[in-house]
Amino acid sequence: MFDLAHAAIETARRRGASYADARVMDIRSRDLSTKNGEVGTLGEVESLGIGIRVIARGAWGFASTDRMTREGVSGCAARAVAIAHASALAKQKDVALAAEAAVVDTWQNPFVKDPFRIPVERQLDLLLAADAEMRRVKGVTLTETSMAFRRIEQFYVSTEGSRIHQVKMQSGAGIVATSFAGEEIQKRSYPNSFGGQHMLQGYELIESFDLVGHAQRTAEEAVALHSAAQCPEGTRTLLLDGSQLGLQIHESVGHPIELDRVLGMEANFAGMSFLTLDKLRTLRYGSDIVNVVADARLEHGAGLGTFGYDDEGVPARCTPIISNGLFTGYLSSRETAALVGETRSGGTVRAESWNRLPMIRMTNVSLLPGTWRSDELLADTDDGIWMETNRSWSIDDHRYHFQFSTEIAWEIKGGKRVRMLKNPSYSGITTEFWNSCDAICGREEWALWGTPNCGKGQPQQVMGTGHGAAPARFRNVRVGVAFAK
Amino acid sequence: MKARSKSRRSRLAGPAVASEHLPSQEELRRIAARVLALSEADETEVTIEAESDALTRFANNVIHQHVAEQDLVISIRAVVDGRTARATTNKNDQESLRRATQAAFDLARHQPKHPDLLPMARPLARGAATPVRRYFEGTASATPADRARVVAQLCDAARRGGHTAAGIFSTGASAMALANSRALFAFHRQTRAEFSITAMDGDSSGWAKATSPDLGRVEPEALARRAMEKAALSRQPREIPPARMTVILEPAAVLDLVGFLFYDFAGTAVLDHRSCFNERMGKQAFGTNIQLWDDVYHPLQTGVPFDGEGLPRQRVHLVESGVPKRLVYSRATAKKMKEKPTGHGLPLPNEWGEAPMNLVLEGGDSSLEAMIASTDRGVLLTRVWYVREVDPYEKVLTGMTRDGTFLVEGGRVAGGLRNFRFNESMLEMLSKVEALAPAVRASGEESFDMVVPAMKVRDFHFTELTKF
Repeated sequence: MFDLAHAAIETARRRGASYADARVMDIRSRDLSTKNGEVGTLGEVESLGIGIRVIARGAWGFASTDRMTREGVSGCAARAVAIAHASALAKQKDVALAAEAAVVDTWQNPFVKDPFRIPVERQLDLLLAADAEMRRVKGVTLTETSMAFRRIEQFYVSTEGSRIHQVKMQSGAGIVATSFAGEEIQKRSYPNSFGGQHMLQGYELIESFDLVGHAQRTAEEAVALHSAAQCPEGTRTLLLDGSQLGLQIHESVGHPIELDRVLGMEANFAGMSFLTLDKLRTLRYGSDIVNVVADARLEHGAGLGTFGYDDEGVPARCTPIISNGLFTGYLSSRETAALVGETRSGGTVRAESWNRLPMIRMTNVSLLPGTWRSDELLADTDDGIWMETNRSWSIDDHRYHFQFSTEIAWEIKGGKRVRMLKNPSYSGITTEFWNSCDAICGREEWALWGTPNCGKGQPQQVMGTGHGAAPARFRNVRVGVAFAK
Repeated sequence: MKARSKSRRSRLAGPAVASEHLPSQEELRRIAARVLALSEADETEVTIEAESDALTRFANNVIHQHVAEQDLVISIRAVVDGRTARATTNKNDQESLRRATQAAFDLARHQPKHPDLLPMARPLARGAATPVRRYFEGTASATPADRARVVAQLCDAARRGGHTAAGIFSTGASAMALANSRALFAFHRQTRAEFSITAMDGDSSGWAKATSPDLGRVEPEALARRAMEKAALSRQPREIPPARMTVILEPAAVLDLVGFLFYDFAGTAVLDHRSCFNERMGKQAFGTNIQLWDDVYHPLQTGVPFDGEGLPRQRVHLVESGVPKRLVYSRATAKKMKEKPTGHGLPLPNEWGEAPMNLVLEGGDSSLEAMIASTDRGVLLTRVWYVREVDPYEKVLTGMTRDGTFLVEGGRVAGGLRNFRFNESMLEMLSKVEALAPAVRASGEESFDMVVPAMKVRDFHFTELTKF
């Protein structure tokens, strides 16, 4: 594959490109699902191709093809250069890239069990067993389970001399019980909603979930929600579990720190950001205990934002985003770093597949653990609401005003959970919310949650991102607005 | 020989023109035949999708991303002793096809029997399917330079007008064939063109978008002018408290809300008790002025006129005078629900069954101008954003307004407003429609393209405000 990639950048150089990189991706995925005790989806997909990115006449061009022959990739490279020439019709200055040393390396994330070597019948048996456990609970009207695996092999070369071979193995699974009764649909998911939990691991991740062991409780909670009290409307102390907090970080920290958004490059679709350049190292993003990093290194954890090198050949890095409450860093690419005068890229550029242009994506944007335990947090809360597992999420196009709802909540009175609440929701302004954080649980309750479905770009690309979080507490948060009459 | 060498040259150094890269019906038929010959399954289905797309993206009044892609994907479904599974590849050499065919076979046989699995569909009688023409050579032959020249002109115009423009101009073509071992063969090809633009003007912005199979029907200059006018008109936006208010929704806003109902009309959604129409079929769910169809043959629609099993899509009158009367059905769902299939099945195997994806909401005889003129106090919405479902049964959606939110006072547009969050039930909203304009082809960012009218709705529920 490296030969084809080299042929591509050589063609681009011969045709006048001042810079070129080529990325061969060979992707294999397996998806399984069950519904109400029967197999739903069962399929495997493989996709191989090359994406070639060039700068010619000072402007960008990108072309991709599935024709993996020397003739095919050379033709594709020539098209990329022709596209760059067309781009130059509407440029104001030449594209510049922050410097990056050439790298020759190979990298693979560690895993114990290759999910593609586990017999599919064994995987289905596990899903069907969890499905059956959920269906044993009276009142459950729909049961769903799923598993997804993805192996991504990349061969990257650039005209600056980089040559990187990288393999990422990704696994995930989840179960959902839904109950329709009266005039309500309620559901509970485990270990997370919208496809479950996903990480850069092998089948050992799936085995660690104990899907069957959690199925009954998941189903019982879905049914119990029908007789729970409605989440009240008002201003309350809010406690979030790690999975919901992971999505809160994703939406209200991860997206606004994307430098391409800040610089207006995503204005037509994903939107811009309230984090204008003047706010760097001046804005109190959160309270003093809020520390957020963007960390793609394996030592941070095996998250969906973990890799050895990004798709510009930049080694995985850790960037402090919020340091003791102060806003300290953006997610950047080689181009955006140069635009704002940074000397190096933050190493956050990735593409969904070979046929997509690499762009700034969250790596593992994580809230660092605090010092509390969740039992201490509960005991220390006189009057509050504990919300768990995302049900819906929405945030404005500057990433400032948000509203989330969760599957379930519990009212806390006098330091104890006193009753279950249904239809929980909360809303707020990003910086007000993070400044109201007064307690974060510790490392032992911290998990690196995977968001496998982050959309951005035109044409849209779906990417997996990671978000480390432990349960945390926020004061004076508006709750219940989503269901207000 | 001469023609072939010309084709090879164009593939080697061609200008990223979609028509150069799209295989013919006969080429796809030959690939399908190769797969069917390789399969040892009881039954085999092959779906082949070829795409050639290109997109010119601009921001800050310059082209900053400019891409082209081509791919040919072969998806093989095997049926073995009442079990079925799918394997998909984009490698079409003989060995890769053999491996994918075997993978589908192996996946299928290692699972429990599926009680609802039906024999594959048989071919239709000649002439039974309604043809659609959605391939336009002018769209397929657009070059990167063609798009870039238009974008460069519009960026210049934006700069001269003091605006910052961002957007896309995209063209492409696709071809799809579905064949099975019962001799069914269906083919469709179409082109697509899309232009969207956001014009920013300090503290305000405006947006416009259009899509069509025919590039000639997408008018970038007019869309850019509209976006810039909206940006200028909404300068120095005022803040008014959120409340229940009369709203006038432009078609893109209607689309991105009503589109969230699409899966509720699936027979499987009702069987699974996750449709908002459970216990509501045949009852007055919306106002009597609401008529909703699924109609892939509508002249303003796009899309493939057959479903994931090769059945021709039918026109289905989903909502008659506000009453949900009909659902759509795949073959298996139709059998379970004792109905007839409507040609809306999704590719098997799947847990979702079917879905209507060519919604047409009938319009009325009002107009945007008449709606504004008849409104004492209300809000005009250009588009909505980040729409998500809050309550699946009451169909409460939340989202934000964006890129052109205006106060209407005394029958005229009185200026821009800071953006709102809404939490609104679609059942309620479509029961409060006071006026409908003629339906047009609309395109947003949350739902697939639809044919919908602008509408005026009373008591739309704005719940909070953002800061811009």
